[in-house]
Amino acid sequence: MSMLRIDQVSKLYRSSGLSGGLTPALRQVSFDIDEGEVVTLIGESGSGKTTLGKIVLSLLPASSGRILFEGNDISAFGRTQLRDYYRQVQGVFQDPFSSYNPIYKADRVFELLRNVYFRNLPQAAWDAKIEAALHAVTLNPGDVLNKYPHQLSGGQQQRLLIARALLLNVKLLVADEVISMLDASTRVDVLNLLVSLKRAGLGILFITHDLSLGNYVSDRTVILRYGAIAEMGPTVRVFGNPQHPYTKMLLAAVPQLHKKWQGRAADVIPASNGSGASPAAGPALARGRRVRRPVGSAGAVDAAAVALRPPALAECEPGHFVAEDEL
Amino acid sequence: MSVKVENLSIAYRMLAGDVCPVDRVSFSIADGEIMGLAGESGCGKSTLGNSLIYLEGRMRHLGGRVELDGRELPIADDRAMRPYRMKEVSLVPQYAMSALNPTRKIRRLIADLLKCHGVRYEAVEEEMKRRIALVGLKDDVLETYPFELSGGMRQRVTLVLSTLLNPSLLIADEVTSALDVSTQRAVAELLIEFRERGFVKSLIAITHDLSILAQIADTILVMYAGRLAEKADSDTIVNVPLHPYTQLLLASLPAVGMRHDEVELTGIPGRPPSLSNPPAGCRFADRCPFAFDRCRDEPPFEEVRPGHFVACWKVGQEAA
Repeated sequence: MSMLRIDQVSKLYRSSGLSGGLTPALRQVSFDIDEGEVVTLIGESGSGKTTLGKIVLSLLPASSGRILFEGNDISAFGRTQLRDYYRQVQGVFQDPFSSYNPIYKADRVFELLRNVYFRNLPQAAWDAKIEAALHAVTLNPGDVLNKYPHQLSGGQQQRLLIARALLLNVKLLVADEVISMLDASTRVDVLNLLVSLKRAGLGILFITHDLSLGNYVSDRTVILRYGAIAEMGPTVRVFGNPQHPYTKMLLAAVPQLHKKWQGRAADVIPASNGSGASPAAGPALARGRRVRRPVGSAGAVDAAAVALRPPALAECEPGHFVAEDEL
Repeated sequence: MSVKVENLSIAYRMLAGDVCPVDRVSFSIADGEIMGLAGESGCGKSTLGNSLIYLEGRMRHLGGRVELDGRELPIADDRAMRPYRMKEVSLVPQYAMSALNPTRKIRRLIADLLKCHGVRYEAVEEEMKRRIALVGLKDDVLETYPFELSGGMRQRVTLVLSTLLNPSLLIADEVTSALDVSTQRAVAELLIEFRERGFVKSLIAITHDLSILAQIADTILVMYAGRLAEKADSDTIVNVPLHPYTQLLLASLPAVGMRHDEVELTGIPGRPPSLSNPPAGCRFADRCPFAFDRCRDEPPFEEVRPGHFVACWKVGQEAA
């Protein structure tokens, strides 16, 4: 049994405003994460990748489907169970700068954690625990403890947040764009840290829009498009032998140092993608896939269900799944 | 030479004293050149870009001059700069996606802006519509509010707006950073297209992303902690960089297809020095694996090969 199973998870957002449309942000997404495995979730803005991360962290309820952690459905968890869940599953988010309260010292994030989980731990043991966690993220305690957030660099802040997650016996880390706000020279340190944590048995759901970063750390890659899986499989296969036109387009658009882009974007990127030559370029979900809900109509749910149906996945080589092309 | 910057220094006034993120910077940009300006956050690249068009209240011009097409730009004089803005020098600001006034329709917003610069909206409307079509949008974006458009669309609208009066120099500050890869590519290629069609003569593309610059820039200028580190054509910077900082920066970028179990990348240890009290001598010396005694003196930004400028004692020594 895998550690985390994402089972047919869908999420519908109700658009605000008078139109009251339903926007499917996730459409029956299913995959597993094992211990010591890094699964990269790649998608462009609006693909639903952050929504999925939030659902895994139980910050948002799924509209349908289940998240099973070690066989238990997390939506059924009560308060205490949820507390135990967070002991094992933690998240780190994109913007380290806004994760801290600037009025307090940065290491207050540790104290808050202690108040919930380690009330009875003696001070000496707690200090040792913090030191070990900081050591694990290659931070020098003297550099970061007793400092205000603005005295720390972005990389230090982000590593401090990972250290906070490590204080608990985390088995799964949801890392949502953890390095996109960091400078190139410190980015790699955080990436390498994730690699070493993975070697120590931590499962990581690594959410990113950057294909080269995703490729560097992950064992398996899931590519999301319009809230559904477009392609998934072992990272080496997905990147080495991309099957879905969307994956190919993404790979062709990645800027590389030693290779110039071939052709022109307008030729490589299909117009229907909404990014190239398409005049009506808009957030993917807003166009066509939105279901207008007639006020007071009973047919709304059916319409939503139709829009929810994801393209069928076919296995093109062992473990490598490709969806049929939608648009 | 279309743009010539000599010994330019810009400071920010702070409570604790002046901070100088642009410190005696000299470089030039040829007609039709796309110059990439790269560096980590806080290295002064945006300050340098902004100073060429508008000095904010807390920014101060400490010295140096800027020449555009043979005429000196009065960058320290806000009033005297007005006739140059948008017509001669134009800016696509950082976070251009949120640079558009959300309470105005695009048409109204553009008309207001043109009026400020003494240009009648009707006089440029036709050309503007041609350019809107060129960037892959429809005329009806003019009748929308900015929030109705996606990030990529807003970025394109801002690009059209900034270049509407065919400025000689366009400063594009992080125009591609907040976009998805496919949109990023489309917008980056538009910059080249605008140059080729003569909508702008030369262009400074400011970004922290060297791989984007490798795609679109003719030359790349690397800044570190307020000083220039290296400038050369982009192939040279990417393939045979001379400054240790450029070399380490490039080595820390994962390429597509690179795996952690095959190649272990390394970051640059340490962090950039504080600009309020920068170290004497080479500012990279603390983090530089090749630092030696002489790095206590400040290395000059010298041309070591035609078109290749480096500020490093090691490089100067080898060349001598």
